[in-house]
Amino acid sequence: MGEQTPADQPGVNHRYLISVWTIVRKEVARFTRIWLQTILPPAITMALYFVIFGNLIGPRIGKMHGVDYMQYIAPGLIMMSVITNAYANVVSSLFGAKFQRHIEEILVAPIPSLLLLVGYMLGGIVRGVLVGIVVTATALCFTHLHVESWLVTVTVIVLTAALFSLAGLLNALFAKKFDDISIVPTFILTPLTYLGGVFYSIDMLPSFWQKVSLGNPILYMVNAFRYGMLGVSDISIATAFGVIVLFCVALFGASLWLLERGVGLRI
Amino acid sequence: MKALELTGLKKVYADGQIALDGIDLTVEDGDFFALLGPNGAGKSTTIGIISSLVRKTAGRVVVYGIDTEVDFQGAKTHLGIVPQEFNFSLFETVWDIVVNQAGYYGISRARATARAETCLRHLALWDKRMDSSRTLSGGMKRRLMIARALVHEPRLLILDEPTAGVDIEVRRLMWDFLVDLNQRGTTVILTTHYLEEAERLCRNIAIIDHGRLIENTTVKALLTTLHAETFVLDLAKPLASLPPSADFVLSLTDSTTLEVVVEKGSYLNDLFALLSAHGIVVNSMRNKANRLEELFINLTGNGGGLVDG
Repeated sequence: MGEQTPADQPGVNHRYLISVWTIVRKEVARFTRIWLQTILPPAITMALYFVIFGNLIGPRIGKMHGVDYMQYIAPGLIMMSVITNAYANVVSSLFGAKFQRHIEEILVAPIPSLLLLVGYMLGGIVRGVLVGIVVTATALCFTHLHVESWLVTVTVIVLTAALFSLAGLLNALFAKKFDDISIVPTFILTPLTYLGGVFYSIDMLPSFWQKVSLGNPILYMVNAFRYGMLGVSDISIATAFGVIVLFCVALFGASLWLLERGVGLRI
Repeated sequence: MKALELTGLKKVYADGQIALDGIDLTVEDGDFFALLGPNGAGKSTTIGIISSLVRKTAGRVVVYGIDTEVDFQGAKTHLGIVPQEFNFSLFETVWDIVVNQAGYYGISRARATARAETCLRHLALWDKRMDSSRTLSGGMKRRLMIARALVHEPRLLILDEPTAGVDIEVRRLMWDFLVDLNQRGTTVILTTHYLEEAERLCRNIAIIDHGRLIENTTVKALLTTLHAETFVLDLAKPLASLPPSADFVLSLTDSTTLEVVVEKGSYLNDLFALLSAHGIVVNSMRNKANRLEELFINLTGNGGGLVDG
């Protein structure tokens, strides 16, 4: 095992870049290795949504905000997949690493908490975006889609994937058993997603429920993404971006604070 | 230069349990050091604190001059940790586990693959590199953890019971590997279940009990404090009664197995003279317990489950 001379040693920033890249590569390798569980199911689920809600029920509903119902629900369904998969990737990977204790491989290495956080978050973003692309391709088999604003579409999808990656990370930090990583998706994430304007415009709701819906952060993401693709939204795009960024910053700050204190990872 | 300095190291868990109660310990560069102690003595907690997996309550840890309070990331670059429990992904290949570990230390892919190959070849795992880690035998899993800990070429390697549960052949292979590694300049700290291992490999030794350091000296110096050793003698013929002796405590385990306690200051020549005088022929002779084990029991008052903590 040869000695490394100072000239051979990469600088601290370069070393950190390699560390983060290694975490991301490992994360991507993990979810692509089990693509039958991670990539394929969202495509099948979305195809069923399009068949049932788009082909069978959609024509009876008619147009919504001036577009076909199938086109209207497509952005919401894509966003639903991004949210679910970004969250699932980080929560299952990090909790699995805690459970099998191989998170210690990273903890004993000279990797600051910030980079561990960024590495896992990027892994979640990659899966979220990749699944988003697969689901979009599935949607194109059923309906015509165009992109009104690439900038808004891409920014929203990346920020949303980041936000739910961070949420998954927080869940994994506090989880002590496998039940703990299914409680949040089942009892919080799924209801919020279904009530977040994926299948309907909040204009259809009574005034009271419209106001209640505004407390659901997923509503802002779905509408911002729908704006990016179709140019229609129940929420002003500036407000939607403001909410998404606010949540991203809050969750990032909370995650970093917990990691620095070793909550859930160090004794 | 000092490889490791622990000063006033203390750990109190959330439930109030005191795992470490002010450990002061120094390990010199290039040493082969044994850290022993009975179950729950605090050895693994000490290693956990050094490696950052356990947060200390008080005290100071300095690795090759780097205070972990000031620059833990810098200190970690010098450390290689082989934990007691298997802690790698069961779904990854041997190759990915070792190469990824190098990546976590910021080592470029090209260099990481070269080092991984060296480590895996040295530890006789090269042929298994593409196998999933869960398919490896217990001994191979232990060697995988050593390969992983060495891939970034640490100056200080800490092994928490590395030979637990491996067969004799693999244990000897690992001993030879560690001795060679130490001779090439790597400082090694070892906790072990096998006291013979510590006696055979290590130059210096510390014993922890109930979170406190109760002994810290050279293995040689510690062995000189041994007051008595028990030998087991296999006899050529059955013995009906014991020969009378004022200098040795004799007992028969069965008719052809004699146990003799030899106090410090007594000579084995006198023992054999006594046996010869009574026509007793000895076929073979061995220590009843490892010498260090006898000392360990004396120091800690622990006769069972010796150092698994």
